[in-house]
Amino acid sequence: MPTDFRSPAPSASAPATAPAASRRARPGRARPGLKNPLPAFVLLLFAVFFVLPVVWLLLAATKTDDQLVHANPLSFGSLHALRANWDALTGYQGDTVMVWLRNSAVYTFLALVITLVVVIPAGYALALTEFPGRHTLLVATLVVMLMPSATLVVPLFLEMNAVHLIGSMWSVILPYSFYPFGVYLAYIYFSTAIPRSLLEAARLDGCSEFGAFRRVALPLAMPVVALVGFFSFVANWTNYFLPYVLLPQDDQFPVQVGLGTLLDSVPQFNPTAGTLSVERPELALATLLAITPVLVVFLFAQRFLVAGMLAGATKD
Amino acid sequence: MTISARNRAGSERAARRALWAGRAGHGFVALYVVLLIAFGVVPTAYAIYFAFTTAGDTFAGFSNFTGAGGDFRFLPAVGHVALYLACWLVSLVVFVVGLALLLHRLASRGVSKTLRFLFYIPGALAGAASVMVWLFVLDPTVSPVAFLLKALGFTTFDQVVAPGGLPILFTLIAFWTGAGGWILVMYGALNNISPDILEAARIDGAGPWQTARRIQIPMLRKWIVYMCILAFAGGTQLFVEPELLSQASNGVAGRDYSLNQLSYDFAFQNNNVNTAAAVSVELLLLGLVAAAVFVARSGFFDAD
Repeated sequence: MPTDFRSPAPSASAPATAPAASRRARPGRARPGLKNPLPAFVLLLFAVFFVLPVVWLLLAATKTDDQLVHANPLSFGSLHALRANWDALTGYQGDTVMVWLRNSAVYTFLALVITLVVVIPAGYALALTEFPGRHTLLVATLVVMLMPSATLVVPLFLEMNAVHLIGSMWSVILPYSFYPFGVYLAYIYFSTAIPRSLLEAARLDGCSEFGAFRRVALPLAMPVVALVGFFSFVANWTNYFLPYVLLPQDDQFPVQVGLGTLLDSVPQFNPTAGTLSVERPELALATLLAITPVLVVFLFAQRFLVAGMLAGATKD
Repeated sequence: MTISARNRAGSERAARRALWAGRAGHGFVALYVVLLIAFGVVPTAYAIYFAFTTAGDTFAGFSNFTGAGGDFRFLPAVGHVALYLACWLVSLVVFVVGLALLLHRLASRGVSKTLRFLFYIPGALAGAASVMVWLFVLDPTVSPVAFLLKALGFTTFDQVVAPGGLPILFTLIAFWTGAGGWILVMYGALNNISPDILEAARIDGAGPWQTARRIQIPMLRKWIVYMCILAFAGGTQLFVEPELLSQASNGVAGRDYSLNQLSYDFAFQNNNVNTAAAVSVELLLLGLVAAAVFVARSGFFDAD
């Protein structure tokens, strides 16, 4: 198995083999002016691959099930059909979809607040203060951060079961709030953006350790607060496995798990769906509703993204 | 005399301050450490405890592990996940690096930025939403690419989700939602390469292909490894895609497809938390080893 992820490395370190270079040198290839259309074509093809399903989803919500099958897949249905889908969807089990959306909002918002309260001071302390155990904590953070959170879902269930928290919303909010990647982002930010001398000056001027954090570091921390907030929000809003296991009652589902329940009620996907059936355009509309908050955040957060994802590179 | 007294007073103050700072440092990380223990260490310990005991809380040795390994669903699940990982990692490396290089060469900054954003949009549909979308896209009766599916010989949804093709389908879904973010990362890393180096290569007669192969890709190397490690660790956890697909296909796509599904089934269908914990421990170990090797060997986190 390890060969699977090591295989790219040898080809990447290929430049060491110099002779191959001269053999490959073909003068005259891709000369400026003689434009090769292939790159543009490839980029366009992938743009279609990434965007087409989203566009289709937007349009599907405006159609009837019949139009979905027989009309052009990329045609607009009608506002009337959209309205009808909306009414049918919100009528599903008496507004259940809205309850799911509200659950998602509550879980992600509370987790977001706790995450920020926990992560910002921790990152600050790891970057700019000395204390016994600092290095150990940093390494532990890195290792846990690289491990996918799904690994611990079943063990978390056992733990929550032991403390009788199964079915409580805190059984997902608290694990959501444990966000080592956020600590790492804050650590990188504080160790690069705030010079230690600034804090020394604050301490000499009589600031306590907490005062230095509150008056010097915190006002400068807005970029990393936004960054951690963004990643935490997206990760928790789109989480499926954890709430699926820890919240057994369907009025507690976040909207992601709710989508699975709706799917079960679509006769085309589940012939035994029964009387509470959901039409496919309604499922498409529900999917749209489920992703809208994340899409909105994406639009506003564009400029943070690259900075955040590249956080590791600024350190070396 | 006065100087040494002042020094002594100074060093005492410094020592006091250091002690204070140490305490303050602990204060700042206290909440995080509590969460780390409660949701990192304790569940891990719990999983290990359950994996090595029986339902009657007696020591079980490796019997839970052999029990899981001997289950008729276990080896197929390992095979499925391995095949999926191979497809997923190869496609990720080839296409993400390739697309990032192409985007980086685009003369128009505006077009490049727009494309990067478009590639990233499906990231908003991570999780169940992406599976919903792809259930539709893969259903020849409603798909916007029905002509493609039909050209490939698929006329019904059940044909498309036949077990043999599932690693490809899960790769498609994972790539669709995840590649855009990695393209942003690679693009950013390409931007960090000094233009002087690229200029020097150009003067020496290197074309775009050579520049990419001899300069850019080697300089992206640690990012590629980083991506592979995270994708590998995440890929072993495959759950939501096969789970929803098995719902939607009435069990055509097996509900015991991946290891995480198997762990879930042991715990909640077979009421056998000990075997479930054994599978969890194996997955944990896999993730832990990948992460530890990366932290120790890559030089990626040499920050400290």
